[in-house]
Amino acid sequence: MAEEKPNEFLKAKKIETGTVIDHVAKGKAMRVLGVLGIKEDFPGTVTVLMNVPSSHYGRKDIIKIEGRTLEKKELAHIALIAPNATVNTIKKYAVIDKYVVQTPSLIEGVMPCPNPNCITSAEGISRLSVVQAHPLRLKCSFCEKVYGEADLLR
Amino acid sequence: MDLITARGLSKDFIDDVFKKAKTYETVAKKKTAVDDLRGKTLATLFYEPSTRTQLSFQTAMHRLGGDVIGFSDPKTTSASKGERLSDTIRVVEGYSDVIVIRHPLEGSAALAAEYSSIPVINAGDGSNQHPTQALMDLYTISREKKKIDGLTFLIAGDLKYGRTVHSLLYLLAHYKVKVMLYSPPSLPMPQWIVDEVSGRIEVEVVDRLREDADVVYATRVQEERFPDPEEYRKSLYQIDADFVEKLKEDAIIMHPLPRVKEISPEVDKNPRAKYFEQSFYGVPVRMAILSLLVK
Ligand SMILES: [Zn+2]
Repeated sequence: MAEEKPNEFLKAKKIETGTVIDHVAKGKAMRVLGVLGIKEDFPGTVTVLMNVPSSHYGRKDIIKIEGRTLEKKELAHIALIAPNATVNTIKKYAVIDKYVVQTPSLIEGVMPCPNPNCITSAEGISRLSVVQAHPLRLKCSFCEKVYGEADLLR
Repeated sequence: MDLITARGLSKDFIDDVFKKAKTYETVAKKKTAVDDLRGKTLATLFYEPSTRTQLSFQTAMHRLGGDVIGFSDPKTTSASKGERLSDTIRVVEGYSDVIVIRHPLEGSAALAAEYSSIPVINAGDGSNQHPTQALMDLYTISREKKKIDGLTFLIAGDLKYGRTVHSLLYLLAHYKVKVMLYSPPSLPMPQWIVDEVSGRIEVEVVDRLREDADVVYATRVQEERFPDPEEYRKSLYQIDADFVEKLKEDAIIMHPLPRVKEISPEVDKNPRAKYFEQSFYGVPVRMAILSLLVK
């Protein structure tokens, strides 16, 4: 059996197909997985690296998701939590696509308005506009309430 | 055009409403009618009972020569069978030229407007907004005080869930005014609303009823907002004859009604009390809104 370098073993294995989300703000990795709807029932391997030293941001998080590529819409969701993230699509161990996420101005039909007394939950729709990207502030286009990141990801 | 929220309402629209309302005052006072909306139908969809507001809109439409259809008890309609609001709106727009909606959920009027091809007027959506009430309040002030710029306001009561005070604060942001906010500690004005207006007007949170106001705007504090009856009791406030005597001679006292204990009945005969005038102005102001919106 070939000997694995202790360094690689401790960090994380490369993924064959899937997504690597880099430059996630320190401490936000779990929330990013949350908006992507990735939970314990996800079939692939998910690797989360936290507090990785970074030349740009001091410390950052990195997420590797085996067997799942992201849709354009999902990139916008990531931007809400981690506005500096870069999303790499991996095929056969190589990066075939690289995006820098962009904060959208409007998010429709993605996350419900956190106000339990908002009409949108009864009608099964949602539309939130981004009032401020950092720190995140969203306003429901219907009930007009304004939310921070913590309200959205409960 | 719809009238859903006071937030972002233009000063031009407010001025147009006031100008038009002035011309309708005589009609409202003499209880006659004009032909401005003859042949037009108003649908009043009241998913939450509000006799006062509904009567005011019905009267306004009749004085404009128009007809009214609608309901005030959602228990008797398909809404209670779980029909979506968007479906109800698509049906009702086939019968009418303008919709007035009161609904217990926030954002309902905005949603109705989105599905409706005819104008929608918000007559209160949960704890969010009640723009026609705020317009008639502001109109009352402009009529009774002859100006709005330069006035100091004391807005008291439940400022968290009070849709009327949310709408009023957005309207006041168009003028050069100072606003003092007085509420129980657990029911303050939502911070995002304060943030949105404080760049334009001076807003101060005060810890007692201040006598230095030109306009005292009192609103209800409802018991159901307090899990603890003792908390509720401690949060009650009252404008009584003693307080009123300390106000400026030309100060005015307003209340969107119905009141509970916020204003003692002994204040009613004081010339500063204007809440019944305020209620009367609802008709000409709503006539103005209807005639501006319905084409
Ligand atoms: Zn909402």
